Amino acid sequence: MAKIVNLPLTDETVSDLKAGDRVLLNGIMYTGRDAAHKRIAELIHKNEELPMDIKNQTIYYVGPCPAKPGQAIGSAGPTTSGRMDAYAPLLMDHGLKGMIGKGLRSKQVVDSIIKNNAVYFAAIGGAGALLAEAIKEAEVIAFPDLGAEAIYRLKVENFPVTVIIDNEGNDLYKIGKEQYKK
Amino acid sequence: MREINVEDITRTVEKLCIESNYYLPQDVKKALEDAVDKEESPLARDILEDILKNQEIARTKDVPICQDTGLAVIFLELGQDVRLVGGDLNAAIDEGVRRGYKNGYLRKSAVDDPFLVRKNTGDNTPAIIHTTIVPGDKIKLIIAPKGGGSENMSALCMLKPSDGEAGIKKCVIDTVDKAGSNPCPPIIVGVGIGGTIEKTTLIAKQALLREVGQHHPNPVVAKMEKELLEEINNLGIGPQGFGGRTTALAVNIETFPAHIASMPVAINIQCHVARHKEAII
Repeated sequence: MAKIVNLPLTDETVSDLKAGDRVLLNGIMYTGRDAAHKRIAELIHKNEELPMDIKNQTIYYVGPCPAKPGQAIGSAGPTTSGRMDAYAPLLMDHGLKGMIGKGLRSKQVVDSIIKNNAVYFAAIGGAGALLAEAIKEAEVIAFPDLGAEAIYRLKVENFPVTVIIDNEGNDLYKIGKEQYKK
Repeated sequence: MREINVEDITRTVEKLCIESNYYLPQDVKKALEDAVDKEESPLARDILEDILKNQEIARTKDVPICQDTGLAVIFLELGQDVRLVGGDLNAAIDEGVRRGYKNGYLRKSAVDDPFLVRKNTGDNTPAIIHTTIVPGDKIKLIIAPKGGGSENMSALCMLKPSDGEAGIKKCVIDTVDKAGSNPCPPIIVGVGIGGTIEKTTLIAKQALLREVGQHHPNPVVAKMEKELLEEINNLGIGPQGFGGRTTALAVNIETFPAHIASMPVAINIQCHVARHKEAII
């Protein structure tokens, strides 16, 4: 049975999430992938204002397809998270609570998740059509010149994810593999 | 000589770009359905069912299965009795890609240089084109859009002939194990053995075009495919890396004669959105 979780996250909701939980997210999240992360990191280093307040927010690593007429967004599944590992600890130190992507994270990211009481979710890689159905509104709020890599503000309803790394550092990728290894 | 206008090629490429990104091949769908029945992990079964639901949404609503609609990898078999008229062949293929990715609302994922500015070309060109000249007066076009996540987990091992079958297997298993959840399992593993460095990677990619469930005609190679599939599924990675029995749907090996000193092995990993579509003009 999936847990229903509202966004933005709180310390309490994050503490309730355990690796392996299936979760339905509701509320606001932001998109960002390689190029947007690079720009956000540069703004933080220069002490400049960010395009959105990232405190308690969740970033979804995605570069969607263009929306067809009548769609809020085109297909929108996760991209490989490891490419954002260089920036994720800095963002968590500045308040980011949740990350949604797919694939393995570095030790630095896991340590930062524990330190900052944050959480790493995976959405199903390759399920872009299914995931787009849970995105009700999408608006570009920064870096429109980046096209699919721009930052979007998304309103989601029952957006399906799985907890991969919880705030104790438990990692479903390790636990699941160990359980089914022969 | 049969004359073919390159405009026909443009139109065909446009159609194939769109259809390959919307409609998952039936053999892949069937392999996913079979995997649901065999899967031991309840979470993994849920994930496989969502993956099947996803391709159904894409098929019925005419939208891309995955947002990474790939670089347009195109295999062109050109009959030697065909005379092309109406313009430049490669430009005609790129024009088909340009139209397909625009009119199909597909994501443009190509950057103009690999390590300097990395500016998006805006139209998903250039296509990656592999042309061979064959007998006959027809043209066969195969498009296989390839996403970045699985391509990034692919690898090459320049083995010594003495490494033998055990060395080949180790190279394949290590590559899949290291890739873990990154390439969106369940995956299809294309393996090229032999040839030169570029030949072995090319046949590894061509191995991905084979129907899931079909094996290499050489029984020794077919046996190796089955053994590798079992070993990969014993790794426990499972769908999306959440743990389970279904890490790969197929291992397809292609071989080519090699230099007396060489035994190159290439592993091209394909995610579960194993798209390819062909047409004959």
